[in-house]
Amino acid sequence: MEKVLTTHFANERYRRLDTYRQYGGYEALKKAFAMTPEAIIDEVKKANLRGRGGAGFPAGVKWGFLPKDLSRPRALVINADEGEPGTFKDRVIMTRGPHLLIEGIAISSFALRAHACWIYIRGEFVREAKILDEAVAEAYAAGFLGVNILGSGFDLDVTVHRGAGAYICGEETSLINSLEGKRGWPRLKPPFPASVGAFGMPTIVNNVETIADIPWIVTHGGDTFAALGVEKNGGTRLVGVSGPVNRPGVYELSAGANLKDVIYNVAGGMRDGKKLKAVIPGGSSTPVLRADEIDVTFDIESMAKIGTMSGTSGIIVIPEGTCMVRALSVLMNFYAHESCGQCTPCREGTGWLKKLVGRIEAGEGRQGDVELILDLCDNMMGRTICALADAAVMPAQSFIWKFREEFDRHIGEQKCPYGNRF
Amino acid sequence: MSVAFSETGRAEFERLLTRYPDRKAVILPALYLAQKEFGYVSAEAIVYIAGLVGTSPAEIEGVATFYTMYNRKPVGKYHVQICRNISCSLLGAEHLIEHVSKKLGVRPGETTPDGKFTLGTAECLGSCGTAPMMQVNDEYHESLTVESIDRILDQLP
Repeated sequence: MEKVLTTHFANERYRRLDTYRQYGGYEALKKAFAMTPEAIIDEVKKANLRGRGGAGFPAGVKWGFLPKDLSRPRALVINADEGEPGTFKDRVIMTRGPHLLIEGIAISSFALRAHACWIYIRGEFVREAKILDEAVAEAYAAGFLGVNILGSGFDLDVTVHRGAGAYICGEETSLINSLEGKRGWPRLKPPFPASVGAFGMPTIVNNVETIADIPWIVTHGGDTFAALGVEKNGGTRLVGVSGPVNRPGVYELSAGANLKDVIYNVAGGMRDGKKLKAVIPGGSSTPVLRADEIDVTFDIESMAKIGTMSGTSGIIVIPEGTCMVRALSVLMNFYAHESCGQCTPCREGTGWLKKLVGRIEAGEGRQGDVELILDLCDNMMGRTICALADAAVMPAQSFIWKFREEFDRHIGEQKCPYGNRF
Repeated sequence: MSVAFSETGRAEFERLLTRYPDRKAVILPALYLAQKEFGYVSAEAIVYIAGLVGTSPAEIEGVATFYTMYNRKPVGKYHVQICRNISCSLLGAEHLIEHVSKKLGVRPGETTPDGKFTLGTAECLGSCGTAPMMQVNDEYHESLTVESIDRILDQLP
């Protein structure tokens, strides 16, 4: 299958500008400057490029939300805050092909008429931020960023900005607040970032992979990109597989790949002859699937049909022998830790979910605890400024719906049948 | 005791100011700079940054305490953070945390008496394909086993 991003990722030198250019790097930018911004946006719309950060919003449609009036300066912000547990794909792009992202930024900024771009990268990615900084410096020196890029008259400044350890900053309005030097508290919408975003500017926030796809789309055309995927979900996707499989890692696959095939063939199947018990398909916030539910296409629409999401395409493989209550407890600790505390249903709800699931796992669960968890979930879902509460609710509900007998057994026996171990 | 950036630190701060349309946007990078220069983000560092940025220490404090990567207390020479999230847990992170805890004689959140190691746990660090993993200061160590973790920690000067 044709690859959009990873063709040269095995080459260590591909992260350097000279090697990137040997493989045709920055030719798409030249082509883009010969097009009108509107024509570029049309190609992105035709490409059926869906945001790769988890929500899957059509990128071209998002771009269309910028106000028509050009009187206020605009910004492009790259979400490189990769923090959804089970997700480790953008890191591969930033480490192996940083210029794909930078060329994508230059083209996208030209299309959006934005002259400022910030790459907001999670603070823990120190090495990745350094690689990006070096690549940005190379691009400036070669005239692909800065003033009057390639004689086009277009100016663009790009700055790498490090976060400081907060999952919530992957939410775009929280990310913007954090970029502005504030606590990473999500903002009420409207106004949406497209009208009032970073520093008050009309702002588009896109994921790393989304923007890294742009050069290929400009080179080969939106239709060609769309044809690599399935209807409404164009192109390829970087899919991460983690857990006890033989070949964990990041793979570039068609957006229409089959989930079972990804686990058993692409990732080499289960390690040490283990049997599959469950799969979290798109990062820890997406509803869990039982082993018998995974013979499905991995695209956004197909996953929605079976009540889950392809999310960030971070597939977490859970083997037979895993205590699902303990696994959920790990996740509930995470969401309680990461709730920003702004909205009561989330701040209190994630804390309660952590305590309730924790006490069931500890053998101290009470009759009615499972119902209480589900009731809490109903009072959190959709009742907060951002989706963090929903992100905690989706695993909590789905683990209970699909593995209810394990919760009941913990409560009935007043102990963890798995001996409180993974 | 008041603190101040070194000359290099001050130059870096000035460079940062040129990258944003608003002065306050340098708060996060300035806190990193303070941590690098002073070892941790002390109360004095907060007051100092507030003065440089032109805002109240309370605002800087509010920002600094929101994020996990700013150490408000001194940490050991090596800050060992073992990921405890789902992919790492599925592949033995709990066992590794217990092992390192026993090896260093400290619980997560504590520093060894000689000040060499602070042990901590971390939420997902985006390295799930090479789980289990840990971060020691800025560096990632991946696909860990008890043996490799011993080797890594034993080799640190």
